[in-house]
Amino acid sequence: MSKLDSKTPEGPLKDKWTTYKSHSNLVNPSNRRKLDVIIVGTGLAGAAAAATLGEAGYNVKAFYFQDSPRRAHSIAAQGGINASKNYQNDNDSDYRLFYDTIKGGDYRAREANVYRLAELSGNIIDQCVAQGVPFAREYGGTLANRSFGGAQVSRTFYASGATGQQLLLGAYSSMNRQIKAGKVKSYNRHEMIDVVIVDGKARGIIARDLVTGKIERFGAHAVVLATGGYGNVYYLSTNAMACNATAAWKTYKKGAYFANPCYCQIHPTCIPVSGELQSKLTLMSESLRNDGRIWVPKNIEDVKAIREGKLKPTQISEENRDYYLERRYPAFGNLVPRDVASRAAKERCDAGYGVNKTGYAVYLDFQEAINRLGDKTIKERYGNLFDMYENITGDNPFVTPMMIYPASHYSMGGIWVDYETMTTIPGLYAIGEANFSDHGANRLGASSLMQCLNDGYFVLPATIPNYLANDIHTGPINTNSPEFEKAENESTALINKLFAVKGTKSVDYFHKKLGLLMWDKVGLSRNEKGLNEAIAEIKSIREDFWKDVKVTGKPNQMNNELEKAIRVADFLELAELIAIDALSRKESCGAHFREESQTEENEAKRNDDEYRYVAAWEYTGNGNQPNLHKEELTFNAIELKQRNYK
Amino acid sequence: MDFTLKIWRQENANAQGSMNEYKVSNISSDTSFLEMLDSLNQQLVEKGEDVISFDNDCREGVCGTCSLYINGEAHGPKKLVTTCQLYMRSFTDGQTIYVEPFRANAFPVVKDLMVDRSALDRIQQAGGYTSFNTGSAPEANAMPIAKEDAAAAFDAAECIGCGACVATCKNASAMLYVSAKVSQFAYLPQGKVEASERVQNMVAQMDKEGFGNCTNTGACEVECPKGISIKNIARMNKEYFAAKTVSEK
Amino acid sequence: MSQGFSKSSIGRKILMALSGFFLLLFLFQHFIINLLSIISADAFNEVSLFMGTNPVIQFVIQPILLFAVVFHLIMGITLELKNKSTRPIQYAMNKPSENSSWMSRNMVITGIMVLLFLGLHFYDFWIPEIKTKFIEADMSGLNESGGLRFHEELVQKFIDPIRVGLYILSFVFLSLHLLHGFQSAFQSVGFNHRKYTPIIKKLGNLYAIIIPLGFIIIALVHFFNH
Ligand SMILES: Cc1cc2nc3c(=O)[nH]c(=O)nc-3n(C[C@H](O)[C@H](O)[C@H](O)COP(=O)(O)OP(=O)(O)OC[C@H]3O[C@@H](n4cnc5c(N)ncnc54)[C@H](O)[C@@H]3O)c2cc1C
Ligand code: HEM
Ligand code: HEM
Ligand code: SF4
Ligand code: F3S
Ligand code: FES
Repeated sequence: MSKLDSKTPEGPLKDKWTTYKSHSNLVNPSNRRKLDVIIVGTGLAGAAAAATLGEAGYNVKAFYFQDSPRRAHSIAAQGGINASKNYQNDNDSDYRLFYDTIKGGDYRAREANVYRLAELSGNIIDQCVAQGVPFAREYGGTLANRSFGGAQVSRTFYASGATGQQLLLGAYSSMNRQIKAGKVKSYNRHEMIDVVIVDGKARGIIARDLVTGKIERFGAHAVVLATGGYGNVYYLSTNAMACNATAAWKTYKKGAYFANPCYCQIHPTCIPVSGELQSKLTLMSESLRNDGRIWVPKNIEDVKAIREGKLKPTQISEENRDYYLERRYPAFGNLVPRDVASRAAKERCDAGYGVNKTGYAVYLDFQEAINRLGDKTIKERYGNLFDMYENITGDNPFVTPMMIYPASHYSMGGIWVDYETMTTIPGLYAIGEANFSDHGANRLGASSLMQCLNDGYFVLPATIPNYLANDIHTGPINTNSPEFEKAENESTALINKLFAVKGTKSVDYFHKKLGLLMWDKVGLSRNEKGLNEAIAEIKSIREDFWKDVKVTGKPNQMNNELEKAIRVADFLELAELIAIDALSRKESCGAHFREESQTEENEAKRNDDEYRYVAAWEYTGNGNQPNLHKEELTFNAIELKQRNYK
Repeated sequence: MDFTLKIWRQENANAQGSMNEYKVSNISSDTSFLEMLDSLNQQLVEKGEDVISFDNDCREGVCGTCSLYINGEAHGPKKLVTTCQLYMRSFTDGQTIYVEPFRANAFPVVKDLMVDRSALDRIQQAGGYTSFNTGSAPEANAMPIAKEDAAAAFDAAECIGCGACVATCKNASAMLYVSAKVSQFAYLPQGKVEASERVQNMVAQMDKEGFGNCTNTGACEVECPKGISIKNIARMNKEYFAAKTVSEK
Repeated sequence: MSQGFSKSSIGRKILMALSGFFLLLFLFQHFIINLLSIISADAFNEVSLFMGTNPVIQFVIQPILLFAVVFHLIMGITLELKNKSTRPIQYAMNKPSENSSWMSRNMVITGIMVLLFLGLHFYDFWIPEIKTKFIEADMSGLNESGGLRFHEELVQKFIDPIRVGLYILSFVFLSLHLLHGFQSAFQSVGFNHRKYTPIIKKLGNLYAIIIPLGFIIIALVHFFNH
């Protein structure tokens, strides 16, 4: 039997989860305290799981590299969280949310998982409200909703522009309660650098104490990865500086399959790069596209004059502007989906029409809306976003058009997991953005928060007993075993190796170089030639890195350069897998656009006959071509359709 | 733009630290303060020296990881922003800039500009939650909450836990931070159930961690990047007084 | 009241504010009575006699007042000492004026100046009073010529320009203390209201300026009357 058994329960879609829960193994409450669970990551997924497993009575050890669980990057989510509560009485239902999510993901997600997500979404809201999450409300005191891309109903719950923050603080508070109760032990400033496999099962991790630099061993009966996404492989992204793929990558190298790595979401409305020292890109809410019009000058001379500062965008007359989205997609105009908008911006800039100094920016203009609705209305709608933009760029969007450019944002791909969120390594689970499961080839707005909390509060706590039930007689995991010894030695060796290079270039130098290459050739739009080149170039950057990187400071102290070096070393390997996956998927779907697979109107073209599968990659040794395992996707509840936004 | 930087360096919690002088040049005014420090660190790496450690992560003003006392103010001269949202256009060319860690007994230095703020977490652990187990929550709309109350709770809940209030307060008091949480729950019906224990436990932990007493100078609310109001402190005082006098818990 | 209130930071803060409130009330009535001394000597004498001999005032209010002063003083200094220890290494560069008023940051200094004044003031008025009333057991309030003695005793204290100068200087410090203290006490007991707090702040500023200014005027009027 292939290792890729999704373990999806039999029966009608609607009953699968109930069926699963009624038949899975349980652990008696008195036995739970004999069982240890390691959770790596305290974002929405990790914190929710730590809290819930702690409440259930397991001994949880939670690891994170920040100084506090509350700082995980989930904190940055702005827009909102979906749930099929149907509070607005607009015919929403579990099925509709399920349908929108599958369709939004361009039919590349597992039906049963997505249905479960929709089915449980309402409970998430209940839980969060009970925790004191201050969601926006109507005058009557009930919860308010807003609508979001990819849906015709209003089902997004939000807390001003800080939904992720409020949800994370809710999960953090529940976790704190368990810390106080002694059920969760929290390890801050600890970075997992390897997983330990004993007798084929995940039995612990190796982590570096970032303050003392000590390499430490931790044992448990099961290990859960909730380590977030790998958007930082592009160097510049909307992710936090330290978001990384190390935990996921190390488990891949120990045998967990990595699924759909090429599905990387690029967000169209980010503040563009302004200079060489740029370290990250800030997301501006997509809602701006409701009233802003996107354009670049029609004439290349105007572009040049703008870049040289000789001409102001407001001086360019209407007929000399190219509103390219409205031109190409008259029906949806500026409101086409994320991937379409992003690609169109890149196309214009690549053709030389980018409007800032770096040549990578397009205008998002509110003048027409300001004329139509007045300053006051625009201020009410977008005031805080305009302020944020002005703080960062020094420009006032009321006076001069905003400039935006797409940026790496989210990774749909991740560790392959089955219906139970278990990876191909028994006892190793992956939840939240770290796994590949629910968003297919493209994630809809407000769906990640939902998935992370769903995994953490409801799915994992219900599935993990099925595995742990066999471990009640195992006793504490011995961390003095040869397997732990070996993993620790490997980690120490890795660090020594990094220091031993003693080259001439900083870690950032390599990360930036990798990022540019990925953006160019494995970014918004991909083709066979570019991907082949990318694979070769990634290899050569990697070789360079190991010959010429310079890590200063000492291993046995707080050392930010070393932390970065460990992460970038892994990005340099993951990048190659992303390119390999992109190369092997010769169709366009969701965020993955292959130039070879497009319609006559240059739109993405899926190929369901050949590529209706999850690509799960198996590691076969350093530098070797990984093995591809395919998990066929079957659609029973949904009919497959091609997207169209003309 | 060129700058002279006077930066606190300290190898670890037990080492002696000192202010050291560095120079950076050719910095564009659109560069963020942390990116300016990044470039200084690149310079140090090229020279083979250990980089300056400073906390940061999201770089969009919401995670609360970044800190720094810049030219005599927490998060620098610009109001209502965190250090990561501070841009060099807030400074003048050729200026000397002092960069120090957030200082308080309760925030020991980890290295250089990085401090240990886990005391803030321990205060939350003492009571900053409601006791609902996952799955036991009632239907979300079963408990209507007035729009204004929800908004007021949100305003308090916006605290990012950066500790600038502590760093700024002449007494190194954590009152603004603690009161933000207490207040958030005080506005919501869910929070009422455990209100009395919560405020007592959180204040007890706050005192245990060695933060100072508030003398109402109001500096914290001015420097707080999220504009959390000292109204919350008043609210907490009241909650505490009620808990200690009226409540039987 | 449950345990630990007076040991907790907030408990102490509230007690501090309560003592502050009491002192504010005292100061107000003290001001009114002393104001009489420049308006009508007779009226002042009458009231002083009443205040000086009424058992409730003498044996209930006065001890409370003294307790409040001592309590306020000890608490203020304890808090300050504790607060001083919370930041072992000071900032090399600090700009507190960017975010708070001088008054709010220097309550202990202005407080101690008031304390020094009180020392002098007690030596001037209170100790002689106690001596006359309780050691010499003269509760009549009469002077040698048979009239009420209070006004003339008071007036005598304002002959010396140095003392008058010290008094006036102290009242300036008192004003600074109150400019922050008045509204601060409300905040301490948990009263911060969208509508009323701005009013309280204005009222506090009026109080903190008018009363010390009034005391200055009283002192000057007596001085120049000589
Ligand atoms: C700017 C922005 C806005 C967004 N807005 C929305 C939105 O409006 N709606 C929506 O649904 N989604 C949104 N998303 C997506 C969503 O926020 C994320 O996908 C989600 O929060 C990920 O949560 P997580 O728990 O999986 O991981 P994270 O929150 O990223 O947490 C990762 C955790 O893992 C830890 N970790 C990682 N590696 C290691 C290691 N090696 N060792 C130890 N610990 C480790 C970290 O310390 C951290 O605690 C947004 C994302 C961004 C970047
Ligand atoms: C005896 C000398 C005095 C000393 C040493 C002193 C000291 C202090 C100090 C240090 C504070 C700040 C403490 C805090 O806010 O937590 C304070 C507050 C205050 N003081 Fe004084 N003070 C003295 C006299 C007075 C007098 C005579 C008055 C009034 C007439 C007064 C009224 C106040 C008030 C109203 C407050 C504000 C209380 C609060 O913030 O809760 N003080 N004092
Ligand atoms: C011109 C200004 C003032 C005058 C003329 C004045 C006058 C007096 C007199 C005559 C007494 C003795 C009353 C008695 O004990 O029966 C007295 C007592 C006292 N005064 Fe003043 N005073 C002045 C300002 C102040 C101020 C500003 C304060 C406080 C900050 C103050 C605090 C006190 C106190 C605490 C006592 C002792 C009260 C008691 O125990 O009865 N006085 N003052
Ligand atoms: S109250 Fe303000 S300054 Fe204090 S921790 Fe919260 S956000 Fe930071
Ligand atoms: S600055 Fe400090 S004194 Fe109180 S009002 Fe704020 S905690
Ligand atoms: S780095 Fe997150 S708030 Fe500054």
